Amino acid sequence: MQVVRCHRISSSNDVVVSTLPLYRSAPPLEVRLEDFELFAVDRLRVLKGISDGLSRGKKPEEIAKLAMDLWKANMRYPQATEDVNKDNISHFVLRLVYCRTEELRKWFLSMETALFRYRFHSESSEAQRALMSEFNLPYKAVSNAEFESVKDKLVQVARSMGQTLLPADAIFYKVPFEEVSELVAGRRVFIHKGHAYVAMNQVVSIVVTQFRSHLSKALILTNRKWTSTIREQEKDRLTPIVEALCTSYLGPDYSQPKEFAEISIKDIDQIAKTSFPLCMRHLFEKVREDHHLKHGGRMQLGLFLKGVGLKVDDALAFWKAEFAQKVGAERFDKEYAYNIRHNYGREGKRTDYTPYSCQKVILSTPGVGDHHGCPYRHFSEENLRAALARMGVGSRIVEDVIDKARNRHYQLACTLTFEAVHGSSCDAGINHPNQYFIESQKILQSKNGSMAQ
Amino acid sequence: MTKDEVENGRDDMLIDGPEQANAVPDGFNANYLRIYYGKLFPHADIFKWMSYGNDGKHPACDKSYIGRREFSFTLENDIYIRFQSFNSASELENSIKEKCPFKIDIGPVYSVDPAKRHAYAQSGDNVFTPVERELIFDIDITDYDDVRYCCTGADVCLECWPLMTIAIKVIDTALRDDFGFNHILWVYSGRRGVHCWVCDGKARRLTNEQRAAIADYFRVYQGNENSNKKISLPGHVLHPFLARSYTEVLKGFFEAKLLSNQNLLSSEERYEKILEMIPDAVAAELRGRWQEKKRSSMLKNDINVVRWEQLKHALQSGKQKAQGLRRCVEEIVFSFTYPRLDMEVSKHMNHLLKAPFCVHPKTGRVCVPIDPNNCDEFDPTKVPTLSQLLEELNRGGLRQDAEDAEWDRTSLGESVTFFRSSFLHPLLKSCKEEIESSYNTKLQQAKNTLSW
Repeated sequence: MQVVRCHRISSSNDVVVSTLPLYRSAPPLEVRLEDFELFAVDRLRVLKGISDGLSRGKKPEEIAKLAMDLWKANMRYPQATEDVNKDNISHFVLRLVYCRTEELRKWFLSMETALFRYRFHSESSEAQRALMSEFNLPYKAVSNAEFESVKDKLVQVARSMGQTLLPADAIFYKVPFEEVSELVAGRRVFIHKGHAYVAMNQVVSIVVTQFRSHLSKALILTNRKWTSTIREQEKDRLTPIVEALCTSYLGPDYSQPKEFAEISIKDIDQIAKTSFPLCMRHLFEKVREDHHLKHGGRMQLGLFLKGVGLKVDDALAFWKAEFAQKVGAERFDKEYAYNIRHNYGREGKRTDYTPYSCQKVILSTPGVGDHHGCPYRHFSEENLRAALARMGVGSRIVEDVIDKARNRHYQLACTLTFEAVHGSSCDAGINHPNQYFIESQKILQSKNGSMAQ
Repeated sequence: MTKDEVENGRDDMLIDGPEQANAVPDGFNANYLRIYYGKLFPHADIFKWMSYGNDGKHPACDKSYIGRREFSFTLENDIYIRFQSFNSASELENSIKEKCPFKIDIGPVYSVDPAKRHAYAQSGDNVFTPVERELIFDIDITDYDDVRYCCTGADVCLECWPLMTIAIKVIDTALRDDFGFNHILWVYSGRRGVHCWVCDGKARRLTNEQRAAIADYFRVYQGNENSNKKISLPGHVLHPFLARSYTEVLKGFFEAKLLSNQNLLSSEERYEKILEMIPDAVAAELRGRWQEKKRSSMLKNDINVVRWEQLKHALQSGKQKAQGLRRCVEEIVFSFTYPRLDMEVSKHMNHLLKAPFCVHPKTGRVCVPIDPNNCDEFDPTKVPTLSQLLEELNRGGLRQDAEDAEWDRTSLGESVTFFRSSFLHPLLKSCKEEIESSYNTKLQQAKNTLSW
């Protein structure tokens, strides 16, 4: 196996306290070329399963169980040592695959961290403590005296999270707040003068944060190695495998519109009514109504339109026609045109940005004055009902959709809507707004037998 | 003609007396700015601040530090130049005086001098990357437009400005007591909001993730006009931070000031917004009572206050003892008064923020520091404007003695003095101590490794 960093002897020779590797360094093993790919694919099934669970809005406990089931199904060997090897090898292969762009790194980091969290949770407490000591965390157990002085605040925090009492043998650790970002973000700890008081059961969060930060740095290093030496060196052997692994699993990114190459702006109102998913319909309506959209909305709708086949000049004309009514043509040219061209890769870094998948849309958080995000997640029931009615969804199905949304199955809700509006089923399920559009156009064209022009 | 004679208002004197000669019409333009940057803008103080003690005097100073800080200038005609950097106070001062920027933004400290970034940027190596940046917050009153009725958009008045004041109180207390930060600068943004700069070393070295976590700690308000409830406070009790904010700042302000100032319950349109936030049964009962009782005879108390008491009573004494009801009152108060931060500003190290002591182009007001311990007294309508300062300079006449005390003769003097005494000097003292102690630690370590 290509070893790129220090050769720390893997702990598989020692007494195994925990089977949970920390992936500190690539194991000095030999791997068969077929296994190189197969191990990675198996691990990818687990990660993709977690990703799907998250975007369908499943509860954390459900996803944890799903992850462990997938792990057992895909990553188990009859012998324990083989397990560890496959675990390590598959992880490091995927690092190569997912180190190459910011978006890939972000995805891989999120999924591996989630996986680590679930696996850590299911370890015994001795194993957990052993893993914690590997991290050398700067925490101190809180003395009795100090505990008494902050006890009522600790109780208050616990109660604010729905826990009734502190367990009798509650141990708390005092950690600099930077070490437990997740807990601080969720206001799940009491902090005072820069120190967070963390309960034993929250320590998982500390460990996970460490894991995440280490992996984040490692991915950047891996990318450097990849770009500078590995990709070229391995161009006849590993590189093709690595590059194929990535695209085969993330699905099409809809950045290059194929079949429906051109949509012109005179058709846009019509196709918005018939073929846009609710999220984009809502944004589109708001642009027409308010002659303005905030940044989040402009990105979400703008990239979607690009994927739909709107050329950059038409896009500029469209946005300008609307925005000029509110801010004037001159200000549009000055403040907004640049960003639109930027989205099409005509400015700055010249990155060609890809339209957002459902997962990304669902995870965004619209604030005051925003209209982006997933309406199945953010709309109140009333507003959702009204919007669906305007799309022509019958009242019985509306209830079904509302039910799905209430249970956080946002993409299923959207799929149901699609099926109701088009009168045909969508077995694959909606996981990308541009996919909704393409499927919709397919159905409409086969009905009309003419090109949508 | 003496000054006395003119001041005594003798009509047969020439109309163009010294006062008129000093008068400077309101406005914002390059000429005014040139004088401002020439005589009033505190270049040296800004430079000292940004150097964080790395002034070369101590052997452990990082001489490259200040040169790695990004400044950006917005010039007349909206020309925008980024990645400006300076290695000395005079370089900074000369560049500002020469370019006369309409706005100066401060960015992060990068790993290398931003002027040399092209040498590093291409390979996707991330070698040109921010390494330090103050923790910053931006609060803008337009984010409160759905809860203030006196003004909208860019306008601000003394009825709604207090929303900014309480935001300062809540955030400042948390930054000091909860997070342990000490070197915090609050600045008026010049028109309709406030900025906060947290300058402790620990704060400057926070990662983007940690900044996002702090921003989330402060976030309570979620949602927009499409969702119903914007504040949701689950749990039996509030987190100590929220509880403290509520009892020490928000509740008092809401009940004593905001309710009446904004007439939150006086008309149907207004009270419906609040009734929307509470369970239907209780809302219906209150609605019934309020609809029939059109302003009956002279009420001793403000109708808003009276109705608020009725609402609280209906929720808290509850025939329905459901948990959710008790939180309703807090949720209403929070939704109107709790600070609304711009999350994106705080989360990323590379976000640029306007420098203090800039002048706002639309109002002509100087972005002066605000004392968080006296923020109740701050009046945005009394902040010195560019033209006012120039007028004061004129009035002062020609005094050639003190070279750099020009600002002291004007209303700006108070602000610069405050900036120095409350913020800059304590900060620099602390930076020096940090440099000194880390140097001593390194020396000790070296000694230890040498001795066997």
